[in-house]
Amino acid sequence: MSDVVEKTLSALPSLLSLDSQAGAGKLSPSSKLGNLIKGITELTSKHEEERLIKKELESIKEQVASPNTTMRQMKEIMVRAIYCEMLGYQASFSYIHAIKLAQQGSVLEKRVGYLAVSLFLNETDEFLLLLVNTVLKDLQSTNLIEVCMALTVVSQMFPKDMIPAILPVVEEKLTHPKEIIRRKAVLALYKFYLIAPNQVQHIHSKFRKALCDKDPGVMTASLHIYLQLIKENPESYKDLTGSMVTILRQVVGGKLPLDFNYHSVPAPWLQIQLLRILAYLGKEDQGTSEMMYDVLEESLRRAEMNHNITYAILFECVKTIYTVHPKSQLLEKAAECIGNFVLSPKINLKYLGLKALTYVVQQDANLALPHQMTIIECLDHSDVIIKRETLELLFRITNAQNVTVIVEKMLEFLRLTYNVWFIQTMNSVFSLGGDVMQPDIPNNFLRLLAEGVDNVEDRQLRLFAVDSYVSLLQGETAKLPQRFLQVISWVLGEYSYLREEESDPGSVMRLLARLLDQRHTSTETRSWVLGAMTKLCSSPVYSGSLNTVLRQKAQELMILSQDTKLRARVLPAEDSSLSFLDGYVSEALAAGAAPYKSPHQRQEDLVQEKALSLEPYGLSLPVSLSSCSITDRRSPTLLSMSSGLSGNSTELSHQEGSTTLKLEGVKRVWGKDGYLAQQQSAGETPTPLVELPSPLLSPQSPPSQTQKPSSGLEPDQEKRQLASSLFVGLGSHNSVCLVRFPSTVWLFIKHCQSANQSNVVKALFKPLPLLLPVPLTVSTGDYGKMWLSFSHDLKQNLQLVTTEHQEPLTATLDALKGKLHLHVVDIIGSEGIVACRLLQGPGQGQPCLLHCRVHADSLAVWLRSPVPELPDSLLYHCQKALTET
Amino acid sequence: MMHFLLLFSRQGKLRLQKWFTPIPEREKKKIVRDMTTMVLGRKPRSCNFLHWKDLKIVYKKYASLYFCCGLDAEENELLALEVLHRYVELLDKYFGNVCELDIIFNFEKAYFILDEFLLGGEVQETSKQVVSRSIEASDMLQEVSERPRSR
Repeated sequence: MSDVVEKTLSALPSLLSLDSQAGAGKLSPSSKLGNLIKGITELTSKHEEERLIKKELESIKEQVASPNTTMRQMKEIMVRAIYCEMLGYQASFSYIHAIKLAQQGSVLEKRVGYLAVSLFLNETDEFLLLLVNTVLKDLQSTNLIEVCMALTVVSQMFPKDMIPAILPVVEEKLTHPKEIIRRKAVLALYKFYLIAPNQVQHIHSKFRKALCDKDPGVMTASLHIYLQLIKENPESYKDLTGSMVTILRQVVGGKLPLDFNYHSVPAPWLQIQLLRILAYLGKEDQGTSEMMYDVLEESLRRAEMNHNITYAILFECVKTIYTVHPKSQLLEKAAECIGNFVLSPKINLKYLGLKALTYVVQQDANLALPHQMTIIECLDHSDVIIKRETLELLFRITNAQNVTVIVEKMLEFLRLTYNVWFIQTMNSVFSLGGDVMQPDIPNNFLRLLAEGVDNVEDRQLRLFAVDSYVSLLQGETAKLPQRFLQVISWVLGEYSYLREEESDPGSVMRLLARLLDQRHTSTETRSWVLGAMTKLCSSPVYSGSLNTVLRQKAQELMILSQDTKLRARVLPAEDSSLSFLDGYVSEALAAGAAPYKSPHQRQEDLVQEKALSLEPYGLSLPVSLSSCSITDRRSPTLLSMSSGLSGNSTELSHQEGSTTLKLEGVKRVWGKDGYLAQQQSAGETPTPLVELPSPLLSPQSPPSQTQKPSSGLEPDQEKRQLASSLFVGLGSHNSVCLVRFPSTVWLFIKHCQSANQSNVVKALFKPLPLLLPVPLTVSTGDYGKMWLSFSHDLKQNLQLVTTEHQEPLTATLDALKGKLHLHVVDIIGSEGIVACRLLQGPGQGQPCLLHCRVHADSLAVWLRSPVPELPDSLLYHCQKALTET
Repeated sequence: MMHFLLLFSRQGKLRLQKWFTPIPEREKKKIVRDMTTMVLGRKPRSCNFLHWKDLKIVYKKYASLYFCCGLDAEENELLALEVLHRYVELLDKYFGNVCELDIIFNFEKAYFILDEFLLGGEVQETSKQVVSRSIEASDMLQEVSERPRSR
């Protein structure tokens, strides 16, 4: 027992001697309950308490069984039994006696009997059947108190099958002269409706009478039933809208007796109940909604006092306004109201503000925009509940462009708050979500596990993951989704070494081998498993498979395990220089690619070329592309290139790249107010193509320039950057995001589509040719000759420019001519030929020809040039130019 | 709808429990355990709301006692806080400057008051006067029937 209680207990005798003040009957010191409570508080251990209660229960048992015990004593015994139950000790032997007390006691003994029954039993208990007759008798009693007690217990619990036995009597009470009886009868019927709706179907007309009861208390009680009915079937109760609106108007207008005021707010419970009912009635129903606009506005206006209860009403009001058919004027006011919640210094109100936002952004995601900074602050709030609500909000505004940042934030939250719980939760996410899950989720999960400094906590997390996976694999694995198995394999491969001390490493190997042998394991999973096994450095023979990938993996494994020298070369512990790419680089250089330039060099180049009239390629790069590469890098498909043998090989390369959010590439869309101007200057820094932040593809670069901003910034600006990546896709640019597909990604994808891997690598090692076309004046004949001699070509459909007084083809070519300085050689019918050459860049002086033909609604363009990348970049600029027109 | 109401001390001792929906004994014990650890573990200046499974938990501390209730997800948290507050007001009116000891030693009274205020997990009567009147009516009866015997 703590000091505090002891102190209060030392004051006990004086308190107890103050025996019964009016109303509040204080306990007499000699009472048995008083002694019991005192006895318990003096104990020092749980064990002693147990012993004391056991003794107490023995004595209670003895007394209740004795025929000499009077009802009055029984009442006192029951109170003690209730107390023991509250402490967590079963006194089930006393249940039957509680029923007996309710049956046979005088009114006040009955009261305790009923109380004990309602505390001991629940409506599924068979004991309750013994109570039916007692209840029936008391319902018919002439003593109001007895009727009240019976109704009270009925409203709390009653056996479903026995409802018909008492229903007529309860119904009768609806017309009782006393309002308290009518009110309790209504609540009893509400209870019946909840547990057995068809039993009370015939008395719906009586509910209406209760709704019109002259006593506001009875009317309020009937609203519980109506809320339920209307929630289940709003169509049948539309005719009540008028009445509900009238009642609400009267309540808001202060027409109820002052008795119903709560902190000088008129009947807040009633108001909120009515607002809820109106929400159900007006949902997706314009006509009905129009009836309530006025009263909703009035509710908003009247609830102005600075008290919790008015905020409760406001919150409900906002919810209703956003649920019923929208009216812009009301929506504006409600949004303003939400703003007050969000900005409030009171944490409860902030929480509700976030909740309200979560509710309304489902209709209009832009409503979150004015509160960006608050939301970012809440994301780092010390209260996890606030954090959680913020994530819920972010979840609602997730779109294709910010999904990765948001998922990352969520995983981070999970990891930080509950380590063990996190793994368990992710286990169930993987087991349930399985193969339909977005690949981002397992990727992010693995990244979270892999990143971070190698401290005790991280190691514990990993170890816990390993242990939980080992025990999972020891059980039934047939039902686990393939993706989960892949995650398991990777983690076991990387981190099994953590548990080495306690068990033999062979056990993990055996579990993995079992996976391999199982029929339901997909080939992709098998290669993950083999990857893990390779890391675990052992050699199961698995080379007989018909699947070539598997076979190759197995062969690699076998050979590597036999030849340690080779293994050391192929799977070095850590190859930070990524020398394995040297071949590609030299090949690319030989083919005419520009040599690699470090970021700052590129920056300088760009500065020199400032004269360019064209916008730099700073548009954006979806984060999803950059983040998935990190875990993919360790996937078995790349194993032979990059995987180390030791488990901790991931950390080094991950540290800089993945702990911070990649915000640099995300489109800075700022919406209505905010940091647009400032943001642009930071955001429009050209991002050359080589900067694709994949560790594989930019190996020799010093810490990539693109990550610098987030580390070196003022905290405030960091928040803004975070905001910009979280709220990307909201606001005015929402609809055009596809058209403005980021340049770099677009090129990347084009290459991927067209080509084999080495092409991609080449393309990525080369800075994007800076395009400065000048008109190339040639005759149609020369054009034809050149056309035939050029080997690199590309075909693509472009959108047509439509103007009023020009042919689409002419208009489009004119637009291109104006923007890109192309030379239109000739236009013949629906076809046009265009020529240009480059002034600068790797393809300096080289021509590029375009052949355009109108095809249905689009312009089929065929580009040819002697330089491989020229068609690509020119096409991109054409696309851009046309989009902007 | 309210699913349960718990009153417990700073030390996590249960002072009152009311279950408005049928819940198995074992589950009740788990809820009590979870609620006390969750609520007592809250840092100062946190909000008064929590999540537990599908339920929303609203709690408030009055002197040494925590009042904690579990609600359906669609319920209004602020209103629930006021329900707790009204209950405290009712206890206060009845006991006159209520303290934890009043509730420890007269818990059955606290239950009676609760039954007049909440019924089946819904607010039955919001008027302080009306609730007090009906409690008084029952108490009067008690005194009337007790006195003749004691004299």
